[in-house]
Amino acid sequence: MPDSSPLLRVEHLRKVYSAAQGDIEAVGDLSFTMNRGELVCIVGPSGCGKTTLLKCVAGLLRPTSGLVEMDGSPVTGPSPAMAVVFQEYGRSLYPWLTVRGNVELPLRHKKLSRAVRDRIVADALEAVGLPQAARNHPWQLSGGMQQRVAIARAIAYQPEVLIMDEPFAAVDAQTRADLEDLVRTLHRTRGISTVFVTHDIDESVYLGQRVLILSNSPTRVREDLAIDLPAERDQLTTRALPRFTELRTHIYEHIRRARQGPAAAPQSTP
Amino acid sequence: MTAARRSPATRIAVNAAFALGLPVLIVVLWGLWSARSANRFLVGPLAVLDAFRRTWIGPAFADDVLPSLSRLALGLLASIVLGVAAGVVIGRLRRLRELLEPLLEFFRAIPPPVLIPVVMLLLGITGTTKVVIIVSGAIWPILLNTIDGVRSTDSVMTETADSFRIPRWQRLWSVVLPAASPRIMTGVRQAMSVALILMVISEMFASSSGLGYRIAYFQRNYLVAEMWSGILLLGLIGVALAVVFGLVERRVLRWYHGMREATHA
Repeated sequence: MPDSSPLLRVEHLRKVYSAAQGDIEAVGDLSFTMNRGELVCIVGPSGCGKTTLLKCVAGLLRPTSGLVEMDGSPVTGPSPAMAVVFQEYGRSLYPWLTVRGNVELPLRHKKLSRAVRDRIVADALEAVGLPQAARNHPWQLSGGMQQRVAIARAIAYQPEVLIMDEPFAAVDAQTRADLEDLVRTLHRTRGISTVFVTHDIDESVYLGQRVLILSNSPTRVREDLAIDLPAERDQLTTRALPRFTELRTHIYEHIRRARQGPAAAPQSTP
Repeated sequence: MTAARRSPATRIAVNAAFALGLPVLIVVLWGLWSARSANRFLVGPLAVLDAFRRTWIGPAFADDVLPSLSRLALGLLASIVLGVAAGVVIGRLRRLRELLEPLLEFFRAIPPPVLIPVVMLLLGITGTTKVVIIVSGAIWPILLNTIDGVRSTDSVMTETADSFRIPRWQRLWSVVLPAASPRIMTGVRQAMSVALILMVISEMFASSSGLGYRIAYFQRNYLVAEMWSGILLLGLIGVALAVVFGLVERRVLRWYHGMREATHA
C-alpha cells in the first residue's frame, strides 16, 4: 500500500438495526481504507448488508459504533466530498426536471457563477456521452442512459469519492458492459476515487484495482484482494485472461463459503 | 377500426355528433315535454334562454355574478395556499401528523354547510364570512392530499436530496412540492366542486348579492324561468372551472403524464 495517508478510512464500523423481533446486526466490525485515486470494489453475497455499509460510509445512516473518516475528518452526515449513485436510477433522478436540471440541481446551492455552472454541467454530460440529451426528461431515455445521467450528476458535484451502489444491477448485459467501461474511463481520465459496490463477482474483478470481499451478515471484510490485472482493460481480452479466471474463482469460493459458514475473522493478503 | 378509414373531416363530424348528440336530444325532449305540459314550474328551453339573456347579461353580471366569482376565486386561492402550506408541514413531521390525523379526518367528515350559521355568528354577515365558509370546506381535500403526497415521497428521491445536501428551501421547491404535485392537483380538483357548492349555499343565507342569493330570490318569487337560467349559469361556471383546471393541470403535471405514458408504452 502507498504510504500517503488514506483518503477514506472506515474503522470498526458496526450497524445494528433494532426491530420488534430483536436487534439485527447488519454490519459487524468492518474496517478498510482507501487511497486517493483508487477504484475499490466491494463484493459480497446478496443481503449481506452492502447497502447499509455504503449508507454509513456516505453519511446517510449513522453507524451504531465505529468511525468513518474522510480526508482525516470524521463523517457525521452527508459530505460534500462524496457523491452517491444509487441502484434505482428511475427513483433517484427527478422526473419533473430535465436531464440538465437534474445534473444542475446539486450545484445550485454551491456558490458558482452561471457560466461556471453551465460549463460543469456540459462537461459532465459530455463525460458520460450524453451532451445531446440535456433537454430531455429522464423518463424519455433508456435505463442505461438514465444511469449515465445519474453518474453525470455525481461527477458534476465534484466529489473526492464517487460511491456507487450496485449501479448496473438493473440494466441489460450489453448496456452494463458499456457502463462498466464508462466507470473505468472516468476513473482513468479524471482520477476520480471510486467505491463500487456490487454482487457481481466478474464485474468486481473487471473494474477494481482492489476487491473487498465481504462475509455474510453481520458483515465483515473477509479478504482485501489486490487485482493484479493490467490497467488497460477490455471486455473481451481482459475477461479471457487466465489471471481473470483465477481471481474470479478465488472470490467465488470465498463468497460461497461466506454464504454457508458463519462470518470469518477479517484477514488480509499481502 | 372503421374510424381509421374515414377522412379527418368525417371523423371530426362523428366525434362532434357523439359529444353533442345526447345534450341536443335532451333539450329537444325537454322542449316537447314543456310544450305539452300544463305545469307552470316546467318552462321550456327557449323561455330559459330568453330569461338567461334578460337576467344575466347586463348589470346583474356586475352586481351578482362578479361578487360570487371573486369570492369563489379568493376562497379557492386561500384554500390552496393554506392547505398546501399546512400539508407540507404536517406531512414532513411524523409526530405532528400522528397527533393531528384523527382530528383532520373528523373535520373533513363534517358536512361544511352545517358550519355556515356558526361562522356567520362568529364573523357576522360580510363578504369575508362567505370566503371563510368556502375555505372551511374546500381546504380539507387539498390539505389531506398534500399530507399524503408529501409523506409518500419516494425514499430514494429523499436520500438523493440528502446525499447532495440540497438545502431546505430548495428541497421544498425542487423536490417535495413537485413530488407531491399529482396528489395536490387531485385535492384541488375535489376542492373546486366543494367550493362552488359552498359559494352558492353561503349566498342563500342572509345575503344581498351573489348568484345563490339571486337564485333563491327567483325561487321565492315564482320567477321560474329566471331561476332555471341561474342554475344554467352555475352549470356553465362549473364547466368553465373544469376547463381552466384542465389547462393548468396539463401544464403543471406535464412530466407526470409524460412519464406515465412512457412507462405504460
